[in-house]
Amino acid sequence: MTATIRTLRRWTNHPVGRGLLLWLLPAVFLGYFFYQPLLALFSLALKPTPGFSLFALNFNRLWRPFSFTIGQATLSTLLTLIIGLPGAWLFTYFDFPGKRFFKTLTTLPFILPTVVVAAGFNAFLGPRGWVNLALISQFNLAAPPIQFLNTFSAILIAHVFYNTTIVLRVVSNAWSGQNLRLQHAAQVLGASPWRTFTEVTLPQLKPAILAATFLVFLFNFTSFGVVLMLGGPQFATLEVEIYTQALYLLNLPLASILSILQLLCTLLITLGHNRVSGLGDLVSSPPARGITPRKPGKALERVVLFVILAALFVLLVAPLASLAARSFVKLEPTRGERGTIERGLTLQFYRELTVNRRGDLFFVPPIMAARNSFLFALITIGLTLTLGLMVGYAQQHTTILNKIMDPVLMLPLGASAITLGLGFIIVFNRPPFSTLRFPILLPIAHALVALPFIVRTLAPALKNISPSLRNAARVLGASPLRVWREVDLPLLTPSILISAIFALTISMGEFGASTFLVRPDYPTLPVAIFRYISQPGALNYGQALAMSTILMLVCAAGIFAIEKLQKSEKDGV
Amino acid sequence: MLSVSDIEKTYDEQPLLKGVSFSVEENETVCLLGPSGSGKSTLLRIIAGLEEPEGGDVRWDNASLAGVPTHQRRFGLMFQDYALFPHRNVAENIAFGLKMQNLPADEIRLRVENALQTIGMTGFSKRKVTELSGGEQQRVALARALAPNPRMLMLDEPLGALDRALRATLSQELRHILHDSKIPAIYVTHDQEEAFAIADRLLLLHQGSILQSGRPHEFFHRPCNAWVARFFGLGNLIGGTVTSQVPLQVETPLGMIHASCQNQVPALGQHTTLLFRPSQARQAPTLSENKVTGKVLDQVFQGEKFLVSLFINEQVPLFNIMLPEPVSLGDVLAVNYQPTDVLCLNNGA
Repeated sequence: MTATIRTLRRWTNHPVGRGLLLWLLPAVFLGYFFYQPLLALFSLALKPTPGFSLFALNFNRLWRPFSFTIGQATLSTLLTLIIGLPGAWLFTYFDFPGKRFFKTLTTLPFILPTVVVAAGFNAFLGPRGWVNLALISQFNLAAPPIQFLNTFSAILIAHVFYNTTIVLRVVSNAWSGQNLRLQHAAQVLGASPWRTFTEVTLPQLKPAILAATFLVFLFNFTSFGVVLMLGGPQFATLEVEIYTQALYLLNLPLASILSILQLLCTLLITLGHNRVSGLGDLVSSPPARGITPRKPGKALERVVLFVILAALFVLLVAPLASLAARSFVKLEPTRGERGTIERGLTLQFYRELTVNRRGDLFFVPPIMAARNSFLFALITIGLTLTLGLMVGYAQQHTTILNKIMDPVLMLPLGASAITLGLGFIIVFNRPPFSTLRFPILLPIAHALVALPFIVRTLAPALKNISPSLRNAARVLGASPLRVWREVDLPLLTPSILISAIFALTISMGEFGASTFLVRPDYPTLPVAIFRYISQPGALNYGQALAMSTILMLVCAAGIFAIEKLQKSEKDGV
Repeated sequence: MLSVSDIEKTYDEQPLLKGVSFSVEENETVCLLGPSGSGKSTLLRIIAGLEEPEGGDVRWDNASLAGVPTHQRRFGLMFQDYALFPHRNVAENIAFGLKMQNLPADEIRLRVENALQTIGMTGFSKRKVTELSGGEQQRVALARALAPNPRMLMLDEPLGALDRALRATLSQELRHILHDSKIPAIYVTHDQEEAFAIADRLLLLHQGSILQSGRPHEFFHRPCNAWVARFFGLGNLIGGTVTSQVPLQVETPLGMIHASCQNQVPALGQHTTLLFRPSQARQAPTLSENKVTGKVLDQVFQGEKFLVSLFINEQVPLFNIMLPEPVSLGDVLAVNYQPTDVLCLNNGA
């Protein structure tokens, strides 16, 4: 017995041994819940089954969604750059009233669930949205004049909404960090302002612009909720096609092949992104004299500034404001309601959330979806924090293991939630996990989606704890556990909180994997919103918007808290 | 050539330049010397057109440069941090100004080769500038500034970021290159040794205006006030009151001192500062005039002579003299100063 303990202790004291122990649980978790489903996808795709063979496949069925995905992603990315780059220029060079507000605003899309964004655009431009209803009542029309839902432009606009802020943030950060002296040097050497821009400023911005482009392309490529909810059935990206094939046509082999195709593409894009974002580090030297924003001067400058700001405002604020406002206003008749309709402010949609109506979509009051989402999010937080901390500590010991484990760990980042959901269905839809009986699969999937983000938050914080602090505590008489409690934990608290909020918002808003794994009697908020918003009747629509508003507020509060925490951490408070 | 008149500029609502005027002649290297924060760099940026002056004028051959944008002024400017373009290699950095003149590629290549030869860095053309050492970066920055044949070159603390040994060799090299190129230059520094090594003419910038200008040795022989003498560390500065104008006598903590002055004789009762240079102390016990007596506190051998620190009294706790022979600590020593060697200076700012 003592011999076993001694061996154990020797193991834990050796860096390789400790690394192995720390990697063990994350590796088992990832192996069982990520790589097993992935392998299952591969074998299902390659193994001929009755009525399906990879070799007899009509390649049009792959090519069509693939080419459409590439096409829409390219177009969305271009549009995003067209709007985002002038925005980045504006944020770099100018001070204007409300700049802080705009800055905060640009963090929102990072964390807003796709269902909320889709609902927002629905409330803004959809058939029952503000613009259409206003036009109908103004001109006494019989049908909504603006056809927004189920159009290609709806997909593009939503993607631009999502990703403009990525371009804005990444590029304007790099831009304002540029050494102003380089531009001055170019001018002294005889470069006109335009040539200074093309010869000095732009080449230096290139890595940032490329990195942003890859990132935006990746997000557009893997976008699911927006395409499904705003584009409708005729626009099938790879993601939507996987979803349709798997859940509606029950063609799991084809769905698997599509998943693999998708996975390969995202891997390639991620690799490209890593290469160009590595470039940026090489070039940037500490700025001796950064660019300080100034007030706009000439009339032309003011006009340009106003136009860009107005465009950003409409793009970013209008859908979210429409969503929140529409959830408090009654404008059309409830189903079955006749005669005069009472229009005006109402809390009806929120009150109805707690009512279990007969003929409702679920057999539980919709508010239960919020409770479920919250419960699942709590489990997700527990899982990701445990795994994230273990991975973080494992990465501290630089051994050969890390070289193997790091890519293994980051691969789930490239896999889409849809792929994950599909893999889960294939592998676990049998005892003891069967989704029909065991809702734990949902938070596990969420944890896999969130884990790469959490590791990226925790690892730098862990690295920042100087080993001499721990040694000092040990010399002063603290046991190893005590050292962790007295030194590590207090120093990690902000990062742990940030990670928890990340996990919370990711889990609460996750839609792709949830569509596969959710149980009808345990709906989550995004799934409930998706079901309600496409139903006829003012009540269903209003309830969908009310739930979206709740979700939006949760996420907004989350990102606000994260910003506060990051700020206080930076200030050393 | 260049003339700068009455330049004014405020920074953070504090006056930084309060009417600076000077000119630069053909083939001349002018050194702008001043403590950090005196506005030297700002002055260069104004001349380069990177900043607008709030008053005054920058002229070239009597034509005002107001309204001429930076890129059309044809001046060269070498930045303190070199500002080499990190996304271009050595040759591309040097070629930048030539490219802006839209010269043919062959000529650009030739001139870059020549420039690399001048700075002794042939074979470096394809290197990344981020991989160069500090001294190499400095040379590339100089070559880049010189390559387009600017009509004037400005250098902003070009050796500031380098270590001491490197500075000595590079300042020599720099002087030769500037001299050979025959391009008029303004050289900004806060380091006097560097300024003496480079400058044909020195401008001392203090509190927003040119305090004194002249050849380097003139600052040594005829500092215009006590601040200049202190800035150059010329010697012991002792305050006193004028008690007689002819001959000039000043009452000081050392006793009554006979002194001389270079310009206007100060008024009776005026507070002045007397400069006693350590090297001009004489050991002539028979003379009683301008006698300084003190106890030896410390001595340091400085190559040819000994720098000896004396304690005179409570008001003058430290007085430095140079002696040819060593003395013992604690000894009481007496030295004399000739009246022509004691310089009476304005207190200055």
